[in-house]
Amino acid sequence: MIRCYPALDAGPFDPVWRVVRARWMVVRQEVALNHRLLWSWLAALLALSMVLAACGSAPPAQAPTTAPATTAPATTAPAPTTAAAATAAPAPTEAPAARPGRGAGDTLRLLYWQAPTILNNHLAFGTKDIEASRLILEPLAAVDPEGNFVPLLAEEIPTVANGGVAQDFTSITWKLRKDIKWSDGSDFTAADVVFTYQYCADSKTACTSVAAFRGIKSVEALDEYTVKITWEAPNSYPYQVFTSQRGAIIQRAQFEQCVGDAASTAADCQAANLAPIGTGPYKVTEFKPGDVVVYEINERYRDPERPFFKRVELKGGGDAPSAARAVLQAGEVDWAWNLQVEAAVLQQLASQGGQGNLVTYNTANVERLLINFTNPDPALGEERGQLSQPHPFLTDLKVRQALALAIDRKAIAEQLYGPAGYPTCVLLWYPPFAQSVADIFTDCDQDVAAANRLLDEAGWQPGPDGIRVKDGKRLSMLFQTSVNTLRQKTQELIKANWAAIGVETELKSVDGSVFFGSDPGNPDNIGHFFADIQMYTTGATEPDPTAHLCGWISSAASQKENEWRGTNNMRWQNAGYDALCDQLRNELDPDRRVAIARQMDALIVSDVAMIPLVARPRVAGASKDLKGYNPSGWDAELWDIANWYK
Amino acid sequence: MPEANPPVDNPPVGRAQLAAATRAQFTRPPRSLWNDAWRRFRRHRMAVAGTVVFLGLVLFVTCGPLLARNDPRAIDFSKSMLAPSRAHPMGTDDLGRDMLARVMLGGRISLAVGVASMLIAITLGTLVGALAGFAGGRVDSILMRLTDLFLALPVVPLLLLLIFLFRDALRRAFGPETGIFILIVSVIGLLNWMTVARLVRSSFLALKQKEFVEAAHALGIGEARIMVRHILPNALGPIIVAATLGVGAAIITESVLSFLGLGFPPDTPTWGRLLFDGQNFLDLAPWMVLWPGFLIFLTVLSINYVGDGLRDALDPRSRR
Amino acid sequence: MARYLLRRLLFAIPTLLGISMVIFAILALAPGDPLAQFAADPSVPPEVRERIRESLGLNDPWYIRYVKWLAALLRGDWGYSFASRVPVLDLIVQRLPQTLQVVGVAYLVAIFIAIPIGIVSAVRPYSLFDNLATTFAFIGFSLPTFFTGLLLILLFSVRLRWLPFIYDSTLKVVNWETLWLQVRQMLMPVTVLALFQTGSLTRFVRAAMLENLPADYARTARAKGLSEQAVVLGHVFRNSMIPVVTLLALGVPTVFTGAIVTEQIFRINGIGELLIKSIQNSDTPVVMAITFIFAVLVVLFNVIADVLYGILDPRIRYD
Repeated sequence: MIRCYPALDAGPFDPVWRVVRARWMVVRQEVALNHRLLWSWLAALLALSMVLAACGSAPPAQAPTTAPATTAPATTAPAPTTAAAATAAPAPTEAPAARPGRGAGDTLRLLYWQAPTILNNHLAFGTKDIEASRLILEPLAAVDPEGNFVPLLAEEIPTVANGGVAQDFTSITWKLRKDIKWSDGSDFTAADVVFTYQYCADSKTACTSVAAFRGIKSVEALDEYTVKITWEAPNSYPYQVFTSQRGAIIQRAQFEQCVGDAASTAADCQAANLAPIGTGPYKVTEFKPGDVVVYEINERYRDPERPFFKRVELKGGGDAPSAARAVLQAGEVDWAWNLQVEAAVLQQLASQGGQGNLVTYNTANVERLLINFTNPDPALGEERGQLSQPHPFLTDLKVRQALALAIDRKAIAEQLYGPAGYPTCVLLWYPPFAQSVADIFTDCDQDVAAANRLLDEAGWQPGPDGIRVKDGKRLSMLFQTSVNTLRQKTQELIKANWAAIGVETELKSVDGSVFFGSDPGNPDNIGHFFADIQMYTTGATEPDPTAHLCGWISSAASQKENEWRGTNNMRWQNAGYDALCDQLRNELDPDRRVAIARQMDALIVSDVAMIPLVARPRVAGASKDLKGYNPSGWDAELWDIANWYK
Repeated sequence: MPEANPPVDNPPVGRAQLAAATRAQFTRPPRSLWNDAWRRFRRHRMAVAGTVVFLGLVLFVTCGPLLARNDPRAIDFSKSMLAPSRAHPMGTDDLGRDMLARVMLGGRISLAVGVASMLIAITLGTLVGALAGFAGGRVDSILMRLTDLFLALPVVPLLLLLIFLFRDALRRAFGPETGIFILIVSVIGLLNWMTVARLVRSSFLALKQKEFVEAAHALGIGEARIMVRHILPNALGPIIVAATLGVGAAIITESVLSFLGLGFPPDTPTWGRLLFDGQNFLDLAPWMVLWPGFLIFLTVLSINYVGDGLRDALDPRSRR
Repeated sequence: MARYLLRRLLFAIPTLLGISMVIFAILALAPGDPLAQFAADPSVPPEVRERIRESLGLNDPWYIRYVKWLAALLRGDWGYSFASRVPVLDLIVQRLPQTLQVVGVAYLVAIFIAIPIGIVSAVRPYSLFDNLATTFAFIGFSLPTFFTGLLLILLFSVRLRWLPFIYDSTLKVVNWETLWLQVRQMLMPVTVLALFQTGSLTRFVRAAMLENLPADYARTARAKGLSEQAVVLGHVFRNSMIPVVTLLALGVPTVFTGAIVTEQIFRINGIGELLIKSIQNSDTPVVMAITFIFAVLVVLFNVIADVLYGILDPRIRYD
């Protein structure tokens, strides 16, 4: 007797063997064999292709035109990004007079292809959790798409001018609104803000937002509605605490017993993590972790006219292409998050689907190539990737310049990313550093001839196989990135570009959870960087670029000694850049800060430590009748959901 | 259960000559298992057709690239997603690469992976199954629990672990392409032997009770020799079929590995990878999905027919 | 019989211990990071990730973690999910109904379609019906579910707009109208899965019937003057069902783990979806719980299948 399992599907137990079993099941079976059978197969195949042809009757969208976007790709008004200049600019949402009041709308359907698993912002394990929690939990201030702070739970944005920020930048004092109620009816006070800090200050709580609280000496309630945050050293960016994505305030009464291990183990706290009490426009009525969140209006929300929708349903799961179909083609949802889909498919869906629009909004994200300045040769054993082992040829500036010159960034951005990418020569592509996307692609057009010239000058001569050699070293590189269709196609394009200048490239793709993981024993992650080139997207999460730019200083090199956890994983060593970082950290004048940041950016590009490829706005999909949305790249995209309407 | 023919040694003379020489005589030529099998196989028309198609596919992927006009890796956005035409008989993909050239290049690897990993799975499975079935008792019990263990393992984390442990070492020892080839082939083989083992075990359990085995015992033939010379040839039917079916399964498995980023370098266009990459273009450029899908289907099908013909040919009860 | 059962069940304990240890080691040693979803987000720097790994206990050696896990399990504690910070069992209980509903129904549909088709195919081998059924079977298991799923979505959700392709798990069936909604949303996933399973099952039923049709007892029954229908349904079918029923019993554990691809395509919050997401996010307690329950079911249903085999076929003796 054969023991086989009927094949249900291809899944983790099965992708590999259930299919196999299904086939081996036929082992003792007679399969009817004759000509009629073959013909019926062919007929079936024909029928299948006809169905497909019917489905795909639309002509392919050839020209990559800019898709309809409701928000401008880049704003022209320079936005203040730094401390003293931050103002309490009102959110620029259009609120027409005809806009109906609270609860006039029915259900708003949101689709996230990653499903939220927890609603406590501070324990969030991904952007989807932060977004889902934002309808309930709010920070003191939000950041609008232009990078301006918008007070939510605070009366105003503290500045040096209004005395809220200390002259020496060692403290900030927030004045809270006095009319805010939690959804259970109790008052929102300074005690809740202080408690939020205490909650995350205990490392056993395992807050994932803990980076925002670094360097804090104390958080104290001066009175019931005033909170003062003091740092151990002057902090040129004092707004990172209690604002934007990771600054949500949790209710002290609800979480008081949840500090430390109890945060995850105590039953009450587990329940609280899934249904936090908040100050936001909605409260949760039903939450199935990893699947769906259903919200209803928080009747105690401060604005009596908002929100418009009675009910919000945030569904999770699936993948980005099918989410794009749901909003653009089938019209099953009102909003779909992060449509990372190949340009050709996305444009076709947007232009032919007829049910929705693409919404792009700026972030600081740039897809870039990182160059390894140390030798990743496995033969080096323990010395692999150490600063003592310089890279055999990537330390040659001319080689790096040639690599950068050979890449056709325009083709990558236009053909692969489409509406979700602009070609860029720089990392800081958003105001106030750049005024429009035309400014960021100026002098880095592909120039194969110039690249070849550079290599010739540097003495790299083509060998018999066309690959350049010098002193017995071949220009042959390992290029790694995470598994993602767009990235794999970019890899292939760059490989072809480099082949044109006599550089050989071996491609490698690593599963995302491994590539972006931080476990010290995992040699395939970005921290170890055991390859010559790697590619991924990163960028500041706040309008201020200090944290991001200063991540690449020499002392932050990721090495065996720090268990490969340094942020400078390319191990670039540049004293001039380190000095600029020090300057940036100590400079308080906003204009000069912008100038220093641009200098740092220019140094990265001119020394070719990184090769910026594509500036990546985020792309969402909205149904045609949805209005009032104003997603921000500096905050959760649902930050102003109270203003959305139909 | 099939009636088992005790194996008879092949005469060293060429079978065809012998057959011709003895046709006029009253005595039939000495028939062996293999002789019979070949005769039955030839009569199985679809099996012969399957063999022809499969050999055609092999020819297509091995010699095709030599004749192809287009470079499978040449990217040209001006030719993006062209429908099949004279210049591009299978159309082009979204990066403007010729699908025919890509399908031929990818087929080499897909077919090679299929055959090689099947060999590993079959060898392992036969070994475990034969041992368990023949020895019985404690050995059987332990080996079958081992099979349970493998059936219950979560595949994805296991793959991550295996790749993580061995990718670098193999890449260093054999170079990127060969190293990954060895790794993938052994991973697929290692995860797929269980069904073969069960199959072989049940055949052995049934066969070892048969009279001809008892006769062999009575003649004083050693255990190992009985296993290899007497039981194994009679259990070959299911093994060969499992083998032919395994080829198709391995091709599909490789595509899942590619999908998880655990397979070949991303620029290697195996059939499975082409299928996965093309799925979003199903309504935009259906030829990007249909051709690799059709070729996998054709391969699996033709191999299934060959396997079916072999099974019937090796089953002495078959009336053909 | 009882002794045999007792022995098998006793032997299952060390087997399961061994399996659990191997699975745990694999999960612990495989690379991955629960916080990898933040990718290269500079607001979650590497040292923060390290602190969180530490506080989740991920930095202990695997054997220590295994002993802790086993000790907790013996007290009935399956641990809590890293991503949701709720007990693992709660998550599984929450998702089991959807999986049973969709995957279970698909399994039943497949059985009910496959058995009659298989019987007719076997009674009239190489007829037109048989050829069509064979074609169907081969198409069924040659097309991957991601492909058939997408095809159905394009046809019925996008072109015709008849069926939704986002499964609404908050829907509660209270009256005919909601029942209809539930049927509508289950239609496509069940079809995709059933198509995939029916194919192989049909072949299996057909083969089992073919083996028995020319058997001596069938000839005897016919010689006694029974009608062909009575022979096929009364005698041959019953005997042919022995391997089929065993096979079906062995397939039950796979219903529990759900259908990963199909669940993901249609956004059904089943066990399969939970499992693959937990693997991707290195949510080890969840992966461990699901795979271990699966292993228990595999071992258990192996025993059940063997016992069933013995009950259905009295010639088999246990020793």
